[in-house]
Amino acid sequence: MHIVVCIKQVPDSAQIRVHPVTNTIMRQGVPAIVNPYDLFSLEAALRLKDVHGGRITVISMGPPQAEIALKKCIAYGADEAILVTDRAFAGADTLATSFALAQAIRQIEKDMKVDMVFAGKQTIDGDTAQVGPGIAKRLNLQLLTYVAQIDAIDLEKNTIQVRRRAENGVQVLQTRLPCLITMLEGSNDMRYATMENMFRAARYATKIWNKDAAGIEDVNKIGLKGSPTLVSKVFAPKPLARRADIIDTESNDPRDIALTLVNKLFTQHPKLHDSLRSH
Amino acid sequence: MTQTPERNASPKKAGRGNFELDEHLKAYQGIWVFIEHEQGEVHPVSWELLGEGRKLADKLGVSLSGVVMGAAGLPTRRFCEESFFYGADNCYLVEDPVLANYRNEPFTRGMTDLVNRYKPEILLLGATTQGRDLAGSVATTLETGLTADCTELNIDPDNRGLAATRPTFGGSLLCTIITKNYRPQMATVRPRVMSMPERDTSRSGSIVEHSLGMIETEIVTKVLSFIPDDTQDKPQLPFADIIVSGGRGMKKPENFQLIWSLAKVLGAEVGATRPVVQAGWAELDRQVGQSGKTVRPKLYIAAGISGAIQHRVGMEGADVIIAINNDPNAPIFDFAHYGIVGNAMTILPVLTEIFKQQLAVARKAG
Ligand SMILES: Cc1cc2nc3c(=O)[nH]c(=O)nc-3n(C[C@H](O)[C@H](O)[C@H](O)COP(=O)(O)OP(=O)(O)OC[C@H]3O[C@@H](n4cnc5c(N)ncnc54)[C@H](O)[C@@H]3O)c2cc1C
Ligand SMILES: Nc1ncnc2c1ncn2[C@@H]1O[C@H](COP(=O)(O)O)[C@@H](O)[C@H]1O
Repeated sequence: MHIVVCIKQVPDSAQIRVHPVTNTIMRQGVPAIVNPYDLFSLEAALRLKDVHGGRITVISMGPPQAEIALKKCIAYGADEAILVTDRAFAGADTLATSFALAQAIRQIEKDMKVDMVFAGKQTIDGDTAQVGPGIAKRLNLQLLTYVAQIDAIDLEKNTIQVRRRAENGVQVLQTRLPCLITMLEGSNDMRYATMENMFRAARYATKIWNKDAAGIEDVNKIGLKGSPTLVSKVFAPKPLARRADIIDTESNDPRDIALTLVNKLFTQHPKLHDSLRSH
Repeated sequence: MTQTPERNASPKKAGRGNFELDEHLKAYQGIWVFIEHEQGEVHPVSWELLGEGRKLADKLGVSLSGVVMGAAGLPTRRFCEESFFYGADNCYLVEDPVLANYRNEPFTRGMTDLVNRYKPEILLLGATTQGRDLAGSVATTLETGLTADCTELNIDPDNRGLAATRPTFGGSLLCTIITKNYRPQMATVRPRVMSMPERDTSRSGSIVEHSLGMIETEIVTKVLSFIPDDTQDKPQLPFADIIVSGGRGMKKPENFQLIWSLAKVLGAEVGATRPVVQAGWAELDRQVGQSGKTVRPKLYIAAGISGAIQHRVGMEGADVIIAINNDPNAPIFDFAHYGIVGNAMTILPVLTEIFKQQLAVARKAG
């Protein structure tokens, strides 16, 4: 079985700071990591390989340094890694990104038939959850998003059964391969990299594809040109004009403070008082 | 590279290019809202979107339509009628046995066929597991722009285009995204980000029926079953009237009991910040904020919460916010309505007691 996993290198957003004066992002020193949601998908793919054998190819579109993220995936146990990188991709939105990745997956398929594609539920920087469904549509793969569990896979019949999170329940879905899956967070725990795989990753020569190698001829479909959406402005959230009415009493006794607060609340918000009272 | 606005991560306007619409795109008119339903119930985000869509439609002077897809046996006509109550002028209805449960393939086909036939300029969907699944496929099929998880929607007076604002970079900044020379302009919005419009039962509208023309054997994916969540145990934060939330300032999981006690007296749901959820003091379903739930209660009490932007975006829509924090400079006091500067461990038990007394008195008084 051949599984392609799409991963993205993202800045660790927990560590991003905004410059208080210029409102620009301070990226210096912010570590780049594999998009955390992608790891649930990679682990799901690794588990399928543990049981059924086969090959896992990880693919990423991004700047040259994204190779580090791909090598991390090799250390976790992926077999091959491809970095699709080209100046012409700059400024891509989700439509252009899914086009480029879908074309690259078509190229991968020339080497070995692809049975499944995994993508993350969403990225922590783009945060759109659109690239996965976009790739599925372009490659005409059955789409299974928000998968909590893969119940069964039958490689003879080419069928798969999964549990997909819906709004107020779980859908049990059956479909045929090839398909594209995005895994739900928390659906598994990423394994530790083995010593052997870490050594392999260190030596591994990532395949670097430019747009031609990725089989992209139409430059109108990639990068800024291929992107219907455009960021027209970036700004900091408006500070609210209000400042809390700080409840203070001379006695500084918690009881007095609490009583003052509750009385204020009930007099200034009679409707709230009514609904609390009728509870 | 996905909508990463670092190229122009500054507050000034970026070069906006030429947005003269192609002649054939000028035929795209009107605003549509996908009416999402599951197990016979419409997701309230659809009504919230109709409320927002109404404002956009009025600004543009165009009509607002709902889109209902489903199978005979589901109350699809009632859904259409409800959409009129919440502001739609008309409703497109696609009814077919293959649409009995949500599945990507037939719903994508239904929506793209409708768009190609009736040409709306804006299409809004909820940022739910269903809406996002569908939106990504529809936008790719139509090869148009889609902006995810918007927090604000506006019409650009210069070009009548949709200006969709969403958080970026982990919520520390906002960016406004426009769709160039492509139609329809698509956007998703999370539940509770927009307020619920008034339900006006005197409104009515017309239903436009459209047939799907698919047969079950063409559709590869089958729904074997649906296992409903046990709603009794599941916290229902997004629609709670009162929420008492605790943050890292509660220090220990045992102290979180104080949050529960106050919640009980008020008939409230319990919420939490992300660090609290990560520490395992509260379930994931209780997380309020950018990567958790958006809530709009009448009253939100925050104890031991600093008020980081990622938390604030999930709860600033509350009518009244009370903050308890021992640091007078905590950012939460910049947007709370009432504040108590003090130790939550001493304040909470007293506050619980006082609320209990005062409510008992009020109930007696009738
Ligand atoms: C991409 C991303 C997404 C995120 N999503 C979310 C999200 O959805 N929801 C969310 O909540 N966070 C989210 N965060 C995290 C967020 O940035 C903050 O770290 C988090 O909200 C802080 O939680 P807190 O207020 O509980 O803790 P802290 O920031 O540590 O604040 C604790 C507060 O308690 C006060 N305190 C201490 N002791 C006491 C006491 N005895 N009595 C009273 N007060 C006391 C302190 O003064 C302090 O203000 C996200 C972050 C990122 C990067
Ligand atoms: N540049 C990229 N390279 C590889 N995979 C990507 C890229 N962008 C997005 N993806 C995949 O698509 C998923 C959803 O991304 P997004 O639509 O940006 O939230 C991610 O979790 C990745 O699996």
